[in-house]
Amino acid sequence: MTAPPVRRIALDRHPRVVSPFEQVDGAGNGQGTAAGATAVASPTARRRAARPTTAAAERMRLESVSLAYGERWVVRDVSLPVRQGEVLALIGASGSGKTTLLRSLNRLTEITAGAGRAGRITLDGDEIHEIEVNALRRRVTMVFQQPNPFPMSIFENVAYALREAPIGSGSRPPRRRRLRRSQLEPAVREALRRAGLHEEVGDDLDRPAMALSGGQQQRLCIARALAADPEVLLLDEPCSALDPISTAVIEELIVGLRESVAVVIVTHNLQQAQRVADHVAFMHLGELVEYGTAEQVFDEPRRQRTRDYIGGAFG
Amino acid sequence: MATAQPAAEPALEMVRPRRETTAAWPLVDRLAYLLCWAVGIGLCLVALGIVALMFVKGISELHLKLLVEAPSASLHQTQSGGFSTPIVGTLVVTAIGTLVAVPIAVALAAWLNEYGRPRWLARAVESGVETIAGIPSIVLALFGLLLFARPFFGFLSGSTNNGAVTGQSFLVAGLVMGILAIPLVAATVSEGFQQLPRRLREASFALGKTRTTTTRRVLLPAMRPAIASGTVLGMGRIIGDTAIIWILLGGTLHNTPVGSTPILKTLRGTGSTLTSYVFSNAAGEGNSPQKAYAAAFVLLLIVLGLNALVTRLSGGRSLYTTRWGAKR
Repeated sequence: MTAPPVRRIALDRHPRVVSPFEQVDGAGNGQGTAAGATAVASPTARRRAARPTTAAAERMRLESVSLAYGERWVVRDVSLPVRQGEVLALIGASGSGKTTLLRSLNRLTEITAGAGRAGRITLDGDEIHEIEVNALRRRVTMVFQQPNPFPMSIFENVAYALREAPIGSGSRPPRRRRLRRSQLEPAVREALRRAGLHEEVGDDLDRPAMALSGGQQQRLCIARALAADPEVLLLDEPCSALDPISTAVIEELIVGLRESVAVVIVTHNLQQAQRVADHVAFMHLGELVEYGTAEQVFDEPRRQRTRDYIGGAFG
Repeated sequence: MATAQPAAEPALEMVRPRRETTAAWPLVDRLAYLLCWAVGIGLCLVALGIVALMFVKGISELHLKLLVEAPSASLHQTQSGGFSTPIVGTLVVTAIGTLVAVPIAVALAAWLNEYGRPRWLARAVESGVETIAGIPSIVLALFGLLLFARPFFGFLSGSTNNGAVTGQSFLVAGLVMGILAIPLVAATVSEGFQQLPRRLREASFALGKTRTTTTRRVLLPAMRPAIASGTVLGMGRIIGDTAIIWILLGGTLHNTPVGSTPILKTLRGTGSTLTSYVFSNAAGEGNSPQKAYAAAFVLLLIVLGLNALVTRLSGGRSLYTTRWGAKR
């Protein structure tokens, strides 16, 4: 193991993260809790709009997950739950492995040559590497940093996700015939509605997707990802290419979606994590440094490294 | 202090950057610069000269009669007819060649770029294609003659009185033209595949689509302009080739049908194209340079026309390279 390049922070070189599966008791953990921070109403809570807490149900579970490209381990020993009913934000500096971790959840890491892994990732109790990969990716869909609609019409973009269901590995459902438009349209409109785009484009679904604005394109990508009715939605810095207004629209959308789908978002924008996340995982150089509720991680981080990052010391 | 009366804006004297002069350059640099200039202008002049010459010569020799009359064997210029059948021949050979080359080349490029496994096979296929690209068309024509004159391929062409297969027909010429064009089309389409952003593929994979579905439903539609320009290049290659026509189409004056099935009898028969017509009239037995000019001019027009047509059919050349799909 090589020494991390950031030399300034040497306080906790090998952080012991409280297992995220245990009930976290913030008050009992004396180490690194800023004095007095617990007294006032949490600044994080003030930053975001009031929202109802929802019942969280665990969909995915990462157990001691390590990920490698070639010989290099870029993520080491990460354990996390992914729950429906809440938004999990992965934060950390560039190169901290958060995007790799995100991509491993639907095995998109595998399209890069030389990808390797260790540990267990389960989806509803099943090891994801035993699920047929395309079936998995229909259950765990992803939205990327750059809006990437296909050069087709709005309708075709969303319908694409619904068409041609791949042959399942075990039960082998009969291969579906190519569906007609009238059969697909209700589902397409529903997906656009869930992505908050239907009002803007519903009257003309045949417009080319590339003619939409950047924010609309990204919501179209979200609609496309939702069309297959996934259990988990992965978002890789979905707002980094967008203006503040589009960003606000999408953030609102994300918070609204968490009830019907487990949401995992990677973001460089700490305010964004504060605004949308229920739980936050802070990663540094491939390791999970801290995991907790958004309030806890932002307002009373337990680790010096987290405090430095949130305070803008590095990254 | 700002007053109620706005002061007249002072006139600014605009200074624009002066062009860089070569006066301060070392002599070698200046000479090299001059050479670059000369070469560029020289090439422009050559291109312009060809087009202008063809235009002037062609227009002055071209009569409507030439376009609608079939050529006939006569020593007199006035009775040797026009080149209506070579025009048809050119179109037929080009159509067959393109229909052969484009699907194969697209499939080839898709496999090389999106699959390419096992690696050694991809390497082998690549160098195979490169080899074909390097073969002179006359050699390819000889190969075609050897292959298609076998009795097994008798259905593609006619046979002589003693039963030997000629191996000369529109079908044979078109097939070999297709082989000739494959490397060019495949290279262009390959380039297109490489220019597609990775995120397009990722987006499709992330929706649980297989590589095949992704290629067929997302990549190939996005590739239409690249496929179109490959097609144009391939057509140009096919239209311009004379060696294959001469050997595999017979270069006969008329389109000589074989058998009696309509259409098929023409395709199995021999004939000529504009290139072979130009060849025989400019240098061969036809000996009518004026008609050769006119035919060459028509050939040029057909090439330009087909280019425009394909470009239009594909929805514009820069659909992908600039902002794909931004068009309405």
